[in-house]
Amino acid sequence: MNAPDELKYSKDHEWVKAEGGIAAVGITDFAQHQLTDVVFVELPEVGASAEAGKPIAAVESVKAVSDVYAPVSGEVIEVNDALRDAPELINTDPYGEGWIFKLKMSDPSAADALMNAEQYKEHAASESH
Amino acid sequence: MPNRTPLYDEHVKLNGTIVDFAGWELPVQYTRLIEEHEATRERAGLFDICHMGEFDVSGPGAFDFLQSALSRDLSPLKPGRCMYSTMLNERGGCVDDLFVYMKDPENFMLVVNAANIKKDFDWLVSAAQERGVSLSDRSADTAKLDLQGPQSATIMRSLCSADLPSRFGFISADVAGVETLVSRTGYTGEDGFELYCESSRAVALWRAIIETGSPLGLLPCGLGARDTLRLEAAYSLYGHELSDDISPVEAGLRFAVSAAKDYTGSDVIKKQLADGAPRQSVAFALVERGVPRDGCEVLSGGSPAGRVTSGTFSPTLKKGIGLALLNSPAASIGGSVSVIIRNRPYAAEIVARPFIAYRGGSK
Repeated sequence: MNAPDELKYSKDHEWVKAEGGIAAVGITDFAQHQLTDVVFVELPEVGASAEAGKPIAAVESVKAVSDVYAPVSGEVIEVNDALRDAPELINTDPYGEGWIFKLKMSDPSAADALMNAEQYKEHAASESH
Repeated sequence: MPNRTPLYDEHVKLNGTIVDFAGWELPVQYTRLIEEHEATRERAGLFDICHMGEFDVSGPGAFDFLQSALSRDLSPLKPGRCMYSTMLNERGGCVDDLFVYMKDPENFMLVVNAANIKKDFDWLVSAAQERGVSLSDRSADTAKLDLQGPQSATIMRSLCSADLPSRFGFISADVAGVETLVSRTGYTGEDGFELYCESSRAVALWRAIIETGSPLGLLPCGLGARDTLRLEAAYSLYGHELSDDISPVEAGLRFAVSAAKDYTGSDVIKKQLADGAPRQSVAFALVERGVPRDGCEVLSGGSPAGRVTSGTFSPTLKKGIGLALLNSPAASIGGSVSVIIRNRPYAAEIVARPFIAYRGGSK
């Protein structure tokens, strides 16, 4: 299972890259694999406020829609516009070009409470059947 | 405890993602839905459809019985030919949609939806009282495999020495050593075959087709691709476009109803044919990126006009498509509507159906 060590993870299969109070957020490799081909991403509005654990975006595959939850609270300061025309970036590069949005965290240390890569791998393994 | 088809172990071996479908454990996909969809459009796909129901209807009164029970005029049927029809309740709503196979003038096979097997059988038994007809439910002993796509006939020719039937025709033949009813029909909009055999022989038939078809690019396909393929072809799915409360006229299946004979529900149907139905099923495509889903509300001129009955992202057209049941005044081709997806309106256009025209020949 691909889950880079430098990232933090939520139980809802989002990853967080926290730097200087800003959190970049996407969905994990495990999540994109479960979803299969992503064909549409509903991005949040810049300026929207995100509450930890609440849906803030949506990722659609051919078969189903899946909510993306805010892993930490904050304000949306940037969204990945490239996903509007190339939603498949979430499949091909989930931790890179497939990032979804960036938050200015309400509590800059909030990401510390999320899972590390090792913990996330165990969590994901327990959810795959 | 969900049901398993005779091919369950094959699906597990092929790493299929198994889901519950109408009480059956079936693969939604094996590798990637879009790959499986494209394999069927461009080469060939093989589907486990063993969950569907098969009934035998036989006896001297069988034809007259079916003619009075089903909505379509069956008089064009001949031995070795099959027709699509619906069976209706008194309100003109659809009990089920089905295929009728004429084996000979006194022996027919009906192929019905998995979720409706018991309902259909009970309905037919009550309709068949004292008609000189015997009915038997063969579903548990009958396997059904669908081989679909432009390479299907090539694959069949190397497994079967008999002359293949033309579209809507069927034969009994030896296919890779398995006694099979070979029907030139399908649910994808491509040339292809629906194959029926004894359940105990399903694995042998499945493996033979995969072995012969793989070098030609055949993939086993799950229910996910089956749904996107049928929706591109704008074929109705019972429980979505059709239900006990939706008539075949409303669903756009005028070819499957007769104005010239009497059958259960025919009073309502004849009135709808003459005066128009209050609702109409339409095909629509989103004009912006998005994926419509079953149940989404549709607005026309800002007012509620109906709901999406099936929606998906079309792997062939690369856009959101669907079928919607709308109030008839809103249901004109070329019309602009909005589809509400997660509280946001998406612009859509009503288009001619199907999205992808049938691509097989008649031979």
